[in-house]
Amino acid sequence: MRVVWSLLLTVLALPLAAAPGGGELYAQNCAVCHGADGRGGVGVPLALPSFLPSVSDDYLAATIRHGRPGRVMPAFTQLSNAEIQAIVAHLRSWMPPGSKVVTLSSQAVKGDVVRGKALFAERCAVCHGANGEGGHGTGVTFSRPRDLPIIAPALNNPGFLAAASDQMIKTTLMNGRDGTPMVSFLQQGLSERDIDDVVSYVRSFAAEAGWKPGNDDTPMLEMDSPYTLAETVEAVKRAAVGKNFRIIREQSLENGLFAATQESKTAHIVYFCNFNFINQALALDPRVGLFMPCRITVVEREGQVKMMSINPKYLSRLFNNAELDKPCEEMYQVYMGIMEEASL
Amino acid sequence: MRCNSLVLLVLLCVGLTSVSHADELFMVRSSHAFPETMATLQEVISRHGYTVSRVQRVDIGLTDSGFKTDMYRLVFFARPDELRDLSQRYPQLIPYLPWPITIFAEGEETLLVTANPAELHALAHNDELKHLFRRWSTEFRAILEEVRKGE
Repeated sequence: MRVVWSLLLTVLALPLAAAPGGGELYAQNCAVCHGADGRGGVGVPLALPSFLPSVSDDYLAATIRHGRPGRVMPAFTQLSNAEIQAIVAHLRSWMPPGSKVVTLSSQAVKGDVVRGKALFAERCAVCHGANGEGGHGTGVTFSRPRDLPIIAPALNNPGFLAAASDQMIKTTLMNGRDGTPMVSFLQQGLSERDIDDVVSYVRSFAAEAGWKPGNDDTPMLEMDSPYTLAETVEAVKRAAVGKNFRIIREQSLENGLFAATQESKTAHIVYFCNFNFINQALALDPRVGLFMPCRITVVEREGQVKMMSINPKYLSRLFNNAELDKPCEEMYQVYMGIMEEASL
Repeated sequence: MRCNSLVLLVLLCVGLTSVSHADELFMVRSSHAFPETMATLQEVISRHGYTVSRVQRVDIGLTDSGFKTDMYRLVFFARPDELRDLSQRYPQLIPYLPWPITIFAEGEETLLVTANPAELHALAHNDELKHLFRRWSTEFRAILEEVRKGE
């Protein structure tokens, strides 16, 4: 019987023994955006000396669990609580020597929302946006020029509001955060009462409807052409140039996969770019290469010629970035416009 | 006051119901510089039985147009026979083929991103495509993990 119990315990313990530690979980899930050593990247820097001691384990865990809807940071719903705690413990290894995590009460802050709104507009909106929507773009992206080491967080984000306690917001306002543009508002002349009012106003953002990903469920755009495949290809090129795009390449769908003589000629891709548009999109989110380059494929099937492209509004939901909604809508209009014009 | 807090909490929960989760994009960071990571990526793609059809040099187009950027490229890949078969039987997949992986430099390190095929539910309208996208999902995740580990 003892042998059976030992075997059972061993089998049950196997997943625990095989489970990766916090460092490996961080490398797998977080390092791509926040950097291997927490210096930041697409995501904000986590290893700032003033950040880690000022936030609780609960704040970090809730941030990992809920993410920031519409602000790139996804919700890590697939991680267990134990895995999240392991990641939090790994983050704590970057705490400055001798520092300890601040202990904050869970007491709600009671302030005047109306006064807080006025103070927010005067003192906070310049960085955090008029409605607490935060700064633009992603975090520090070393691949592209940036003005600041960190972007201002979106204070109206449901993920932030679920993670941050009133006392944490208050402490941040009172002490500021060294190494970032966030200053101490006590030193800037606000009283504790003023700060309570601002906290109450920030908390009131929870009543707003948060960002939701687009609900366009059409993965591709297509349109029939009344012309031959070759004529349609030329018409697509003319229409793209007419919309300020540069034709950068055209090829068969099978190019690079078969010998040139073996390639099917019934699907032909026209690639086109507007580098100013690409540059602006990359500033919003460096991951948008997946949309690039713009392409329309002209396909002939059973005598009917069609034009096809991805639907940017369908793909954009993968990025959890509200700022991509507008350029994706613009690209949708561009694709539809080119196809319409080419089929006239 | 307690009632107001409860209302805010409920609204917050509603706001969190539509969050994007972390599996929609596969993203990894390689601790190696861009040229080595690009070579590793192409090697790993081949090892998984795929062919790199071409590399789009986005950074060259950007710098030629006067914009500042670090190395930024797209690697397109497919299994030739699979692409031919799918494009005949499922033309709606054509705009997504060959599949791209975005690779770009961040200082002395390199980031790689691709979409998780299993998340493109509207594209997979039958059991065969659902199975295919699940297989691609497993393989593309494995490709990026091997590049991350420098294997």
